[in-house]
Amino acid sequence: MSQADPTNRPLTQHVDQSRGAYDLNQYEAVGGYNSVRKMLKDLSPAEGLDILKASNLRGRGGAGFPTGMKWSFVPMQSDAERLAKPMQKYIVANADEMEPGTFKDRVIMEGCPHLLVEGMITGAAILQATTGYIFIRGEYVEAAEKLNRAISECRDKGWLGKNILGSGWDFDLHVHTSAGRYICGEETALLNSLEGKRATPRAKPPFPQVSGLWGKPTIVNNVETIANIPNIINFGPEWFQSLSLTEDAGTKLYGVSGRVKKAGCWELPMGTSARELLEVHAGGMSDGYSLKTFLPGGGSTPLLLPEHLDTPMDYTHIGKIGSRMGTGTMIMIDEQVDFIGALKNLEHFFAQESCGFCTPCRDGLPWVEKCLDNIMQGKGTRADIEFLDRATVNLNMGYTFCAHAPGAMGPLESALKYFRDEFEARIVSEAS
Amino acid sequence: METNKMNSSANLVTQLTEQEIQEIMDLASHYDYPQAASIEALKVVQQYRGWVSDESLKAIAKLIDMSPEELDSVATFYSLIFRSPVGNNMIMLCDGITCWMHGCDKLKASLSNKLGIDYGETTQDKQYTLIPVTCQGACDRAPVALKNMQLHTELNETSVLNLVESNSKQTNSSGETQ
Repeated sequence: MSQADPTNRPLTQHVDQSRGAYDLNQYEAVGGYNSVRKMLKDLSPAEGLDILKASNLRGRGGAGFPTGMKWSFVPMQSDAERLAKPMQKYIVANADEMEPGTFKDRVIMEGCPHLLVEGMITGAAILQATTGYIFIRGEYVEAAEKLNRAISECRDKGWLGKNILGSGWDFDLHVHTSAGRYICGEETALLNSLEGKRATPRAKPPFPQVSGLWGKPTIVNNVETIANIPNIINFGPEWFQSLSLTEDAGTKLYGVSGRVKKAGCWELPMGTSARELLEVHAGGMSDGYSLKTFLPGGGSTPLLLPEHLDTPMDYTHIGKIGSRMGTGTMIMIDEQVDFIGALKNLEHFFAQESCGFCTPCRDGLPWVEKCLDNIMQGKGTRADIEFLDRATVNLNMGYTFCAHAPGAMGPLESALKYFRDEFEARIVSEAS
Repeated sequence: METNKMNSSANLVTQLTEQEIQEIMDLASHYDYPQAASIEALKVVQQYRGWVSDESLKAIAKLIDMSPEELDSVATFYSLIFRSPVGNNMIMLCDGITCWMHGCDKLKASLSNKLGIDYGETTQDKQYTLIPVTCQGACDRAPVALKNMQLHTELNETSVLNLVESNSKQTNSSGETQ
């Protein structure tokens, strides 16, 4: 089996919409599962983790936490301990892609399901995990079918199961299909959901790396994060860093949607500017529409302005200008759309998707939506704006159990900062 | 040990078909604890029956060793589990931010006008139920909808009506008169 050459598109080099996804034989023929072989034959788990740490891979689900550091908190056994009695540990792919405006993980799972499966096996080999789950949103029926097929092929061929490649290590992998609710994407809520419970977040600490699924050490990472692992193991940290234009390593699956000429999702060097994404890849705004503001990486990321378009899209640079790169899928909001209406649409989503566990989120978000609805309908008063201002404090970090409501405050707070005059212009009474 | 327990429970379940029980047990085998299959088990039954009745819920609960109350708390939490009857066809319109900018409200008005139902309602002939869904992760092809979990993209006010006309010959008798 030939080792494929390093690529500058490690996530999508085998994605081609004009044909079906590669089956196992086709995928192996282009170097698929080499990283599993390398991990089990040539590298110790500690060496694998060192490569991951040195690569500077950061979590692609939105938070951008360094993956190697996250993984380093998982307790490890010596080879002798493990062979005597392996510790139950889990690896979970977060495929609950539900952040509004985000359509990137679908591209990997439908286009090259074996890449995610390989990432899960190689990642599990680093962690010496015993079981893996791909937690996928219920509506991604096609992706779930393709992943199940890929897993089944891997079981038949011995990439999954007992004593993989004669290493003495057993690992199996399952697809777990969900049934709605954005909060399932929150790491600890996902674990509760995977255990068959309501998806309410858990208190941290303990962190899942130590006490996760059924109280056992567990790693949860986004699909795109895990899909990066095979090529990092194959080609090393220097190669991975060289793909990027900035300090944050690798490539990124970027997307652009909204009223643009060619909406889409593209794998590009990390740090590509928002302007290049909009003007080159998405072909600019559609005729008759001009850019007012944009959400850089999904519905919970604070708004940015046209003046920010030249900022490199990475965790560090977008963080410095008061937003978050989030999922890297930008939503362009044009001057022609009802801006308050767009905000209301977002806050309706967050209100509806609150798990209901903590009061500020459960009761505050519907109130935020109501105020925006009042303003949108021309019934708003000074009291509505004042409530929205208070919400950006009382529903924010430190006042809620998890990051759901603070995420909802991202677009609202930035809207009040950049477009306050629009709120003012649309209220009909100064009554407070 | 868990497996034995589940098998003995299975004998007590009479409201579920053999096929349903088999599929649920297969899913439960993916976990050390059968409760982890709760949502997938509800979906198995829903796939055959359209929704999850109290009787189905109790039977599933017994099968995976949960109390019916606990399972109901799960069933009512997840938006794609239906605890009341729905039409033979589920039409779900995406109301995510990108689809909203691309006029999902117009698609909804078009469908509502055609079917004579609002969100959350079922046509009298029980053929169609219309509900909104969150962002479907297909924003590059907005606006989108799901019909029976199949994605339909780049819809407009006219083409969205194909979702309720394509199988109207088999299913429609009276509910769609204009």
